[in-house]
Amino acid sequence: MVVGWQVDRSSLDASYRKLQQEFHPDRYASQGDVERRLAVQAASLINQAYETLMSPLKRAQYLLELKNIDASQDSHITHDGVFLMEQIQLREQLSEVRDNSDPFAALEELRNDVEQTFSALQDRFASEYQSDNDSDAFNTVTKMQFSSKLLYEIEQLEADLEDE
Amino acid sequence: MALLQISEPGQSPQPHQRRHAVGIDLGTTNSLVATVRSGMAEILPDEQGRELLPSVAHYTADGVSCVGYEAAEHNVSDPLNTLVSIKRLMGRGLADVKTFGGRLPYEFTADDGGMPKIQTVYGPVSPIQVSAEILRKLAGRAEIAFDSMLDGAVITVPAYFDDAQRQATKDAATLAGIKVLRLLNEPTAAALAYGLDQNESAQEERTIAVYDLGGGTFDISILRLTRGVFEVLATGGDSALGGDDFDHAIASWLREQMGMSDDLSPVEQRILLETAKFAKEELTDSAEVKLEILDWQGLLTREQMHSLIDGLIDKTLRACKRSLRDAGLAKSQIGDVILVGGSTRTPRVAAKVSELFGREALCSLDPDQVVAMGAALQAEVLVGNKSGDDMLLLDVIPLSLGIETMGGLTEKIIHRNTTIPVAKAQEFTTFKDGQTAMAIHILQGERELATDCRSLARFDLRGIPPMVAGAAKIRVAYQVDADGLLSVSARELVSNVESRIEVKPSYGLGENEITDMLQASFTHARGDMQARALREQQVEADRMIEDLLSALYKDGDALLDEDERHCLRVAIQELRALRESTTEHRLLARQIDSVAKASEAFAALRMDTSIKRALAGQSLDEIDNS
Repeated sequence: MVVGWQVDRSSLDASYRKLQQEFHPDRYASQGDVERRLAVQAASLINQAYETLMSPLKRAQYLLELKNIDASQDSHITHDGVFLMEQIQLREQLSEVRDNSDPFAALEELRNDVEQTFSALQDRFASEYQSDNDSDAFNTVTKMQFSSKLLYEIEQLEADLEDE
Repeated sequence: MALLQISEPGQSPQPHQRRHAVGIDLGTTNSLVATVRSGMAEILPDEQGRELLPSVAHYTADGVSCVGYEAAEHNVSDPLNTLVSIKRLMGRGLADVKTFGGRLPYEFTADDGGMPKIQTVYGPVSPIQVSAEILRKLAGRAEIAFDSMLDGAVITVPAYFDDAQRQATKDAATLAGIKVLRLLNEPTAAALAYGLDQNESAQEERTIAVYDLGGGTFDISILRLTRGVFEVLATGGDSALGGDDFDHAIASWLREQMGMSDDLSPVEQRILLETAKFAKEELTDSAEVKLEILDWQGLLTREQMHSLIDGLIDKTLRACKRSLRDAGLAKSQIGDVILVGGSTRTPRVAAKVSELFGREALCSLDPDQVVAMGAALQAEVLVGNKSGDDMLLLDVIPLSLGIETMGGLTEKIIHRNTTIPVAKAQEFTTFKDGQTAMAIHILQGERELATDCRSLARFDLRGIPPMVAGAAKIRVAYQVDADGLLSVSARELVSNVESRIEVKPSYGLGENEITDMLQASFTHARGDMQARALREQQVEADRMIEDLLSALYKDGDALLDEDERHCLRVAIQELRALRESTTEHRLLARQIDSVAKASEAFAALRMDTSIKRALAGQSLDEIDNS
């Protein structure tokens, strides 16, 4: 595969399945302990690679890692004041969902907003990465972390609401 | 000179001896064993032609007196020594057992390790021992059918079983002397039986939901099928919810109707449960059922039963919705909904599931048998009888795996629904200046507080060189294998102090306990066991010699130098000589181990090379396609 932002899902899926068909531990079930252990490691690596390429955030972090830039820590902080304000507002919205008369609709609206932001950030990352604008790309990944975390919390809340 | 051998006409010697493998569905209420014959999965019945084996064992002062139907006959007369629904107790701690085991009439005691045991006339019995009895009975069925020893089994577990419950199941198999080829998730096994059943559509991609409601467990799995690859996208459930709970709900209604108090004797409790079960089954076909218990008579209508069990069914539907969300799919994207497990025979269950997914749920294969049949298909491939063509199962872990951090919080290291096998690592640091040890507490579950999650194991990493707080770097690595079993290691990166643990001691049997139990059960058949152990080691030695020779032939020249090749050839010769001369299985096992060690580096090199080759092939394909 060519190193880059764009991923063709169907060819990624096909490659993934082909590799697992070859290296999954079940293929080594009648072999010795050593072979089976190696297969577990190989299959774990393939799963990790697939997961990284499937997730926009992890893929972006990995592309920067290939350039020796570590963008995988939670501790990086963005200094973009406007973006931070937006995030604070979105979080307030999230904490108020429960009080809404139709919490599911409120949550859906919030999700749409965050997904839009997330998708715009991905586009921005793609062009910054393309033009080797590493420091901007790094900042964009930091923002992507915010969106991704928020989406996760939205999902958690939805699960909680449905279980009540 | 050795005489040349000639076989009888029409009976050419088999170049590759067929191996005997089975799939075992170890259920809460009933268990089954299946195998593949002429390409078709079939259930192996007992001598009376009965396919199910009730998961019941009866104990007398001498030990297990009987297992299955005979044992179930003691259900009402001797409830304290007739052990049923044991699967609910597998891998559970004493505290868990107290919360839901209270429904079972047994008296529990704790062993030295705090594991629950059931008090019987024979003495304290662990749930793992009881499960081993059931497994042994099923393996016996298979050995009679094959007229030969069993080479291995795939044993199914609820997809929602946690690490401790899986480990307990594997321990039970070890205790029963069964080689476990794989622990397989029940819904995945069912999907396999259905998926291969519908060969005509094997080329296209399909998404299916498997709703599996057994006697004591509930699973929902969402899978994607693509050309023989069964990929689990999400799984969910409740490992303590099943048709038994319907019985209990009906039984407590009966108790109220009869004006009986809460405090029932084990016999009374058993009678109510049996009546409840009968009522539930009658209402599958009739609108109402007349009931008579002792001097009480009454009527239960289908509507009344629905009001008693709807709450329980709704609980399963919530899990279905959550799994859909985890899979990132809408209901409309599900192609087929499959019903598995005896409790889906209750029409209310099928109706509510169909309603949720907006399509008629399928149950064209017997919901009691389909799991064992799927397991048999997988066993056939794993034991090496069938190449498996393209068939592959990619399963997930059902519950997140984490670690306890400061303040009693859970930090997730591997999230639920991650495809296995998987390896993940995370770095932690010290809290105090000069801290030289770190307590690692491994957890499983979704909750934020460590106390709300399942505690799998604890261990200490010691010998960290004293540093200021936050300076040490401790890397904790989690590895989950294809059975869904976890091992954890921790390492201080500055000094390289390592501590490693295979997670199992908290709830499974200890290594020593297994050995003791095995010894106890083998003493009466020692000679037999030794012959069996020797045979197993001989098969292993043959396999190893054959594999190594072919590996040397293929890659020896490319990957090894002359000295290395020579060492391996000597090791092979020694192993071959010992295999022919010894009758001592331990000696042979030791030699096999040492050859395995000697060839480990070569095996790793070969694996690396073939991965590189596969990846290189990949990019060529890409170029071809574009």
